[in-house]
Amino acid sequence: MENINPIVIFVASIFTSNMILSNFLGMCSVIAVSDNVKTSFGLGQAVTFVMTFTTIINYIIYNYILVPFDMVYLRYIVFIVSIAAFVQLVEMILEKYLPSLYNSLGIFLPLITVNCAILGVSLFTIIREYSLVQTMFFGLGSGIGWTIAITALAGLKEKVKMQSVPNGLRGPGITIIIVGIMALAFLGFSGILPIG
Amino acid sequence: MNIIISVLIMTAISGFIGILLTFAKNTIGNYGFQEIKINDEKAIKVEGGQSLLDALQEEKIYIPSACGGKGNCGYCKVKVLEGGGELLSTEMGYINEEEKKQNFRLACQCKVRNSMKIEIPKELLDIKEFNGVVTSIDKVTDNIKHIIIKLNNSEKIIFKPGQYIQFIAPKYKGCNEEVQRAYSIASSPLDNNMIELIIGHVKEGLCSTYIHNYLKEGDKVRFTGPFGDFYYQDNERDMIMIAAGTGMAPILSILKMMKETGIKRKAKFFFGAKTEDDLFFLEELKNIENEMFDFEFVPSLSRVSDEDEWEGRRGRVTACIRELVENGDNKEAYLCGSPRMIDAIVKELIAKGIDEKLIYYDKF
Repeated sequence: MENINPIVIFVASIFTSNMILSNFLGMCSVIAVSDNVKTSFGLGQAVTFVMTFTTIINYIIYNYILVPFDMVYLRYIVFIVSIAAFVQLVEMILEKYLPSLYNSLGIFLPLITVNCAILGVSLFTIIREYSLVQTMFFGLGSGIGWTIAITALAGLKEKVKMQSVPNGLRGPGITIIIVGIMALAFLGFSGILPIG
Repeated sequence: MNIIISVLIMTAISGFIGILLTFAKNTIGNYGFQEIKINDEKAIKVEGGQSLLDALQEEKIYIPSACGGKGNCGYCKVKVLEGGGELLSTEMGYINEEEKKQNFRLACQCKVRNSMKIEIPKELLDIKEFNGVVTSIDKVTDNIKHIIIKLNNSEKIIFKPGQYIQFIAPKYKGCNEEVQRAYSIASSPLDNNMIELIIGHVKEGLCSTYIHNYLKEGDKVRFTGPFGDFYYQDNERDMIMIAAGTGMAPILSILKMMKETGIKRKAKFFFGAKTEDDLFFLEELKNIENEMFDFEFVPSLSRVSDEDEWEGRRGRVTACIRELVENGDNKEAYLCGSPRMIDAIVKELIAKGIDEKLIYYDKF
């Protein structure tokens, strides 16, 4: 997988291998926070930001600390700690210097510390042996893909809320069905790229 | 060897992160001391970075809060004129358009980041924390306890009849944090060295379970108060009072005050209950009835069967109003009960021609 063009990785991570719709990662927030478009988009932005930077940080930690010392098996705990620390730091910086952004993202940041999509992206870059440039595009693309998926889902859910849904399907049930149909639709994008 | 290296690496990474975050907290997260100006008169200096509710509490200014600062009761509304930043999405559900225009915020969500200017009702500045001892605790019905708390030494609580306090329940088995809940004062404001409370047991309620299952005579208790804008209005109108269950408490306080100060107003108190077992303080109310100028107590039972010996009224209190309240103005009403009951009663009272503005209520 070494020589894939970063742009291809970028587009693929948005559409064909979308974190939500093809890997089904980060589902807890997808189901819980997808009630309206505005907050979903806010959460999406926060995820994209954190995902892009933590993937790069984790890439550096992995390749320049863990690999040379032969400590690769520490990767899970190290990645989780670095993600949590990054989120904490970002929260402090936003609160002080960008209050308006903090107001829109602030309450979502703590949720992100344990978002599996973010850890997932860091782990994928290792499994797929991406280079630093590929990693950057992959992180950013996955974030954007995640945002598109949750925002689109929220848009659909806003419409569904006004319809009568069968009792047994109300709440998470109908959400999962919608996500499933969206996943099928996104699968259609695989025709435009050489990888799936 | 591997073990040592892995330990060293983990220590180095977490140590680095620890230092980084501590450094960040002390530089980025440090807001220093900030000044809060209250009502353009009083100024206090508080440590920045905490919520407005906590900051004020540290300065012994108690803003009512039923949830203890979690942002899910919406009681701690405060007017923030300067320095509050934008309204947060966690507050949107509790602040309506009108309040938004007047710069209302939830004190528990709004953080002190720079100097602020706020406005709070003057009464809140009189709110204090009180310490007392439980001198009596009785079961008055299966589900309701009557509690008398004597304040320490010569401490006095100044309140208007109808207001409530926030009882602070300590940690106990089954609840590992302090909880605060609001209860109306049932005693007369003239006896200001003590308070009486009437407390119903809410299933799985953290505070009422403490009171019903753990609180004993002689226990030390803490509470803050007084709070609330439901209280006796001084005028000449006829009074209609309606309550159910523990909603009797604020009405009782009003009645005791009227009796003790010899107020000459026509008053009727409709009390709703299911069965005879749910009635309490009948004797006390009888006494008030005898001693007061023109007062009538009308208990009405909604679930008595025909075989019962109950001689009083049957049916819901809404029916009482329809049948026993005369049309016309020069009347005001005091209601205390569940939101559902109050909404139904307000409709009946308006149908009787009572001005909506003269219907005072306490929903719980």
